Amino acid sequence: MDAHVKILRYNPEVVGEAEWKTYTVSLEPTDRVLDALHKIKWEQDGTLTFRRSCAHGVCGSDAMRINGRNRLACKTLIKDLNPEKEITVEPIKGLPVLKDLVVDMEPFFDAYRSVMPFLVTTGHEPTRERIQSQADRDRFDDTTKCILCAACTTSCPVFWSDGQYFGPQAIVGAHRFIFDSRDEGTEQRLEILNDKEGVWRCRTTFNCTEACPRGIEVTKAIQEVKRALIFRRV
Amino acid sequence: MQQHQYDVVIVGAGGAGMRAALESSKRTRTAVLTKLYPTRSHTGAAQGGMCAALANVEEDNWEWHTFDTVKGGDFLVDQDAAEVMCREAVDAVLDLEKMGLPFNRTAEGKIDQRFFGGHTRNHGEAVVRRSCFAADRTGHMILQTLYQQCIKQNVEFFNEFYVLDLLMVGGRATGVVAYELATGELHIFSAKSIVFASGGFGKVFRTTSNAHTLTGDGMGIVWRKGLPLEDMEFFQFHPTGLAGLGVLLSEAARGEGGILRNKDNERFMERYAPTVKDLAPRDMVARAMANEVREGRGCGPDGAYVMLDLTHLEPAHIDAKLPDITEFARTYLGVEPYTEQIPVFPTAHYAMGGIPTNIKGEALANNDDVIPGLYAAGEVACVSVHGANRLGTNSLLDINVFGRRAGIAAAEYAETAAFEELPSEPQAYVVELVEGLRNSTGEERIAAIRADLQATMDLNAQVYRTEGSLKQALVDIEALKQRFTQVGVQDKGKRFNTDLLEAVELGFLIDLAEVLVVSALARKESRGGHFREDYDKRDDVNFMRHTMAYREISVAEDGKETVNIRLDYKPVVQTRYKPMERKY
Repeated sequence: MDAHVKILRYNPEVVGEAEWKTYTVSLEPTDRVLDALHKIKWEQDGTLTFRRSCAHGVCGSDAMRINGRNRLACKTLIKDLNPEKEITVEPIKGLPVLKDLVVDMEPFFDAYRSVMPFLVTTGHEPTRERIQSQADRDRFDDTTKCILCAACTTSCPVFWSDGQYFGPQAIVGAHRFIFDSRDEGTEQRLEILNDKEGVWRCRTTFNCTEACPRGIEVTKAIQEVKRALIFRRV
Repeated sequence: MQQHQYDVVIVGAGGAGMRAALESSKRTRTAVLTKLYPTRSHTGAAQGGMCAALANVEEDNWEWHTFDTVKGGDFLVDQDAAEVMCREAVDAVLDLEKMGLPFNRTAEGKIDQRFFGGHTRNHGEAVVRRSCFAADRTGHMILQTLYQQCIKQNVEFFNEFYVLDLLMVGGRATGVVAYELATGELHIFSAKSIVFASGGFGKVFRTTSNAHTLTGDGMGIVWRKGLPLEDMEFFQFHPTGLAGLGVLLSEAARGEGGILRNKDNERFMERYAPTVKDLAPRDMVARAMANEVREGRGCGPDGAYVMLDLTHLEPAHIDAKLPDITEFARTYLGVEPYTEQIPVFPTAHYAMGGIPTNIKGEALANNDDVIPGLYAAGEVACVSVHGANRLGTNSLLDINVFGRRAGIAAAEYAETAAFEELPSEPQAYVVELVEGLRNSTGEERIAAIRADLQATMDLNAQVYRTEGSLKQALVDIEALKQRFTQVGVQDKGKRFNTDLLEAVELGFLIDLAEVLVVSALARKESRGGHFREDYDKRDDVNFMRHTMAYREISVAEDGKETVNIRLDYKPVVQTRYKPMERKY
């Protein structure tokens, strides 16, 4: 089947402005959008630029806006996109575009790093493992699945319009430790999230939850963090 | 061009690289260079677990683990290294737990453990629960946890810096040259110690569980320096790749009770491995599957695959223990694992061979001599703890144990050594490589050459090999080398030139495919992952030894250079265990 893929191209080395370019590629319905991009790059236009690595939805390299929604190109099948119509592909929004579908990820990782996304403990380390019940382990299971692809953060209207808000992923990253029974850094982490550009900027639009390719209930995680801030307990 | 100076430079930011960085950055000034972002590394795709004889759920000890590792590797394992790995496994798991890794838990709140292929109690009596896991995303959790610790420890990363050359002065490693993807700029890193932790080269095959980026860069760089590569003929084909795609479905599926079936719905592994059945080591299961297909008992319209059956497991159990892989089956094949069997076929998965190192992670220039300042750990290295066939979970263990060891050794050396003056024009080789490709006017497409390389490797150097098939692969590779001289790069720019990147990667793949095939041709026996139909028995008299391949250049009178591969051999270290027939 021939599909038409319309891609927002941008290369400041060549032209100053982004422009749409449409490619016709022969695809199977079970092909991924990543396969379509590869076919274009490998057979038609070697200058097409995007990031990718694992190609099965675990490395988080290839988040992009496909038909107006943030998804991973390697996890989106052509048959699920109505290939009768043109398929549009553009970079995720809210981060500076560097070339074609490649955006500057540094602001995104800076936000993640700012919430102390690591286990904080005090006192002597135990000789064996710390004991944790499976129920306590399950409490933060959902947010451990995050692959840092930025699909959530770059789907958030507050993030688009506000250069300061650190976005849903950073809250997910903090949630993973706040609700870990082994962690002792909750107070510090909650203070960071309590900032005026912190968790309270969330307007509960659920874009992030819808965008997450790992099925994390991002909005719910954000609400749990807000509740922890109000009641000061987790 | 920019210059940098660090005590330790680590190339690669997967599990081994970051584990090394956590050690070396505590002791000395360390930089980690990665051609991706750390969290994109393929450690994150590992699923099933990391074995350690914690004995949390049943009796176990590290000696049993060592025996299984040696036997699983078809006795080509260096037993001193396996002992180190299995003994330190317990601490390696506990270290990760203390870093925050969210392991699944037992009823008492301890780290839970489950069955895995080839891991047995008391030297093969029965399967044993040894694999520590976090659902079927253990690698993801290891990668995330190590990255989180690197953030905590302020480890310095250079993301999307593609290392293309190793600098050597008088036999000592003194630095690397890196190409910055964002700008196309070259960077010279002077260092006292360099650790390669850049992963494998699964992309020489078409059907593979490996990421697009696993192109053997580290091995290729070292190879081009005339340094040896060990046991390159031993490549693991993981039994359960999604048919046609190669996407990995963890062995944990069988560890949790999954069964392989042929078109007659027969549990065929009972015939091949009566004691451990579906939990036999990967090389045996992969061959059994390929054999079922060859003998006409495959499934599907072309009889090209077999089925992985999880339908007898409780959906809740599947959701708790195997959530990701069942989602892969749904997403990519439209199969519902609760009620339908999943089409699977072996997929190229793991390089047992690589840069030879000793148990400290020091790289070797030959059978005995250490290369001062050079270290390697993880899939890029060959210690050799995996021998002819790696046991499932032992790669996550390897990266943690030997990543740590390499990081410590590199830092300790850096504390005593001085910086060496770099060679004049240190960037010369990389400039020639990169600009040669960028300015090439050739008509050959990168993707076409790569596809042909992968096709011949899948056809001729996969689960079953013969002299004829390997010779055919060599003829094909020779032709591809010629075509590669005419390769064209369409993107002429500096900024994020991934077209150029793919051309460079392809050059490494072609080099390594040739080493693999030449090594395989010379090994006239069958052992572990290397199966020769024309020599279908293990031959301990002639081949109980590691292959050491060297790249040598001879210059003819007219100045024309020819590159040859010379093979040498290295004895296997045997301590406790005498080779025996491998039955399961």
